[in-house]
Amino acid sequence: MDEVLKLEHIVKKYQSDNGEVLSVDDVSFNLKQGEFLSIIGPSGCGKSTILSIIAGIEKATHGKVYIDNEEVDGLNSKVAYMLQNDNLLEWRNVYKNIILGLEIQNKCKKENLEYVDRLIKTYGLEEFKMSYPSQLSGGMKQRAALIRTLAIKPELLLLDEAFSALDYQTRLQVTNDVREILKKENKSTIMVTHDIPESISMSDRVIVLSSRPGKIKDIHTLDFDGCDNPLKRRAHPKFTKYFDILWGEMIG
Amino acid sequence: MDKVEIIESEERRRYLTKKRNKKIAIRSTQILILIALIAVWEIFADLGIIDAFIMSSPSRILDTFAHLSSNGLLHHLEVTLYETLVGFGLGVIFGIIIATILWWSPFLTAVFEPYLVVLNSLPKIALGPVIIIWMGAGTGAIIFMAIAISLIVTVMELLNGFHATNKNKIKMAQTFSATRSQIFFKIVFPSNLSTLFNSMKVNIGLSLVGVIAGEFLVSKAGLGYLIVYGGQVFKLDLVMASVIILALVAALLYGAVELLENIVIRSINHTSKK
Repeated sequence: MDEVLKLEHIVKKYQSDNGEVLSVDDVSFNLKQGEFLSIIGPSGCGKSTILSIIAGIEKATHGKVYIDNEEVDGLNSKVAYMLQNDNLLEWRNVYKNIILGLEIQNKCKKENLEYVDRLIKTYGLEEFKMSYPSQLSGGMKQRAALIRTLAIKPELLLLDEAFSALDYQTRLQVTNDVREILKKENKSTIMVTHDIPESISMSDRVIVLSSRPGKIKDIHTLDFDGCDNPLKRRAHPKFTKYFDILWGEMIG
Repeated sequence: MDKVEIIESEERRRYLTKKRNKKIAIRSTQILILIALIAVWEIFADLGIIDAFIMSSPSRILDTFAHLSSNGLLHHLEVTLYETLVGFGLGVIFGIIIATILWWSPFLTAVFEPYLVVLNSLPKIALGPVIIIWMGAGTGAIIFMAIAISLIVTVMELLNGFHATNKNKIKMAQTFSATRSQIFFKIVFPSNLSTLFNSMKVNIGLSLVGVIAGEFLVSKAGLGYLIVYGGQVFKLDLVMASVIILALVAALLYGAVELLENIVIRSINHTSKK
């Protein structure tokens, strides 16, 4: 499989009046096309910082990031980022929200809009195209946010605690939907989460970071005998085994 | 979404009646207070307990209203309205422009912050004599006064609103590689429409204060002029009638801003329904 992303010795230091804080310390990993990778670790270990650096929102103090073998320098349209809240704009209807990224990138071309229409139909938002975010359930909002992210056809998707604002039931359903959508669209994804079961249920590989400064403790390849449905994985005998390993590493 | 099923039970009827009665009681008490005040005022004036020449009386004020056109009240009202609307309009426009520039440049915000704070707490009326010297004793000075009073509030409120825009929404736009102007027009400004209208609601009243203060100082027409003139020649009926008209104008202008807010918000929702 082709390599979509490569991180080489990423270090991030923050400067403030109170001194210097080392947030991320020498993090290197790569991501293959279509792969789903999770990063877990204690609060404040620099998980989100790593995503911001990949997305080009923040600059690494040292080290390099390559996407499709091109070095990342500033924001770029190959990466799409999904944050904790759906961040739908309440004054725009669902459709207008979904095409926001295309609008910003001046890509409201026929083929892209057709792709959006297909996504909306496939993922059950057709009826709600003209509704406003306040009229949608939490799960539907998150789906709309995902379609907005996919609409720009990114090479790489970054999910930053993307489901943590949802209630538990909705969350199980949405993670299931999202995993399925990402698989169908063959998207490479990095998810940051503090939720171990969520990372096990969705990922091909899980990176465990240490507490600050974030260093890679271990990278686990998960093998569920070909099963990649999050709900089914949760019932799989290996699920608790992986949970114990990751939990042990997180608190250890 | 779940809908609460309304059952027309005895309890519900009683609850609704109780709620309605409370509303009626409040409204009728409000009206009664007003009527009582007017009645006491009129009776005291008639009985000579208060001097109607100094305190005026409801019937005399009513008489002044009846001769609106002959005593020039309408003309004065027109002048005040014109000055207020021009001052208010310019204050809002300049306010939006300045707040936008300051949002754009964090450097300028940091530089101008202390100036804004001082200007905001300074009673702008104190600048009246200076403004008259600069602008000449005329309509220009009055409009300038209205702008001076409302502008800084608009800038401060809008700038605070702009800065308080949901950071995650801005980050979301950034992840689509949005430029600063796209972030402003697609996220920051639309997020702050209600801030803008709230500041407009405050400012329409402030503009009126500026205009009246300006008219007190320099004008030859307008309700402020009429109040000063009426006071000087002891035509208290005219003063009171002007004050009442002023109260009505303030309420109407506030209502007009509210109406504009509804229209704008509805039209935005409408255009996005395409």
